[in-house]
Amino acid sequence: MSLLTTASIWIIPCLILVVLAIATAKRLPTYELFVDGGKEGISLAISILPFLLGMLVSISILRASGALDALIGLITPVLSFIGMPADIVPLALVRPISGTAALGMTTELIATHGPDSFIGRLASVLQGSTDTTFYVLTVYFGAVGIRKMGDALKVGLLADVIGIMASIIVVTIIFGA
Amino acid sequence: MVNYIWAVMAIGGIIYAMINGTMDEVNKAIFQSADDAVVLAISLISVMVFWLGITKIAEAAGLLNGLVKLAKPFIARLFPDIPKDHPAMGYILSNLTANFFGLGNAATPMGIKAMEEMKKLSNSPKASRSMITFLAVNTSSLTLIPTTVLAVRMKYESQSPTEIVSATLLASIISFIGAILIDRIFYEIRRRKERHI
Repeated sequence: MSLLTTASIWIIPCLILVVLAIATAKRLPTYELFVDGGKEGISLAISILPFLLGMLVSISILRASGALDALIGLITPVLSFIGMPADIVPLALVRPISGTAALGMTTELIATHGPDSFIGRLASVLQGSTDTTFYVLTVYFGAVGIRKMGDALKVGLLADVIGIMASIIVVTIIFGA
Repeated sequence: MVNYIWAVMAIGGIIYAMINGTMDEVNKAIFQSADDAVVLAISLISVMVFWLGITKIAEAAGLLNGLVKLAKPFIARLFPDIPKDHPAMGYILSNLTANFFGLGNAATPMGIKAMEEMKKLSNSPKASRSMITFLAVNTSSLTLIPTTVLAVRMKYESQSPTEIVSATLLASIISFIGAILIDRIFYEIRRRKERHI
């Protein structure tokens, strides 16, 4: 076990320990505060449901019909022509849209190519350094009732493009192709 | 724009299914994914209740304020629209910190609280400048410990599951900076347009 894997397991319990210890030292009513803060969580989670459901259904129609795969099939040659590893293209395209689909693809790439191969490492870095922009936007804006997203989607997707390019370049430089 | 994207994904999928003969799969997927969404929202309840409870204690103990003081020069410049001592700052920072340490499920409730506070400030159904900036830096996800990826790499017996940590951090720093720049460019474009009207 390296330091970081241990850290990823220890961090949550330690965080709780620190918060509770400091609050108790300050003589705060910890349990009452916890319950009071937590109450909101129930209504918040439920209020997100319609936004989440709508988005997930629409994405699943696109996936199940085969249209998403066809679209990826169309774009892959273009992107691999400009130097993107062909194996990684589907993951890069799906990453901002569907978190579960992306994690599935990452797992599959790591399983087929091996975690310590170029593609395995690239998939790992890509998965770790980008986020499901669609999900974050849906949930965050949905929860507070923002109807006009403005430039948020454009900015988020362009940032994903930079993240994907950065992943490819960084992995190539650090580990070699 | 979201309305169009949402409708086009569904319309495109259904038309493609007509041609491709995958209507059966689509029909199943609609209700399967609706079920999945409910399960996801229910499982969010536990995460939300737990982390919002802990956050409330941290806030009362002055820990969120401490975090804000630590990162003040940086964060104040990133969000010029938010008053310096506003609670939104504390939530934004705890969201980014949670993402940084790979606590994805803690990040969501704090991010939503941050959005709530920012909505109180803007008081409009339109996304405010600081909301767009926040989502840009949030989705570019500055990460030190990519928890999920580490788990997958360990499962497939990587010689060194954590060897990708520095690369992930570097790539996410680049996309973080990129997100801030893109956000600024779009903000300038918006401002110029408004001036012309």
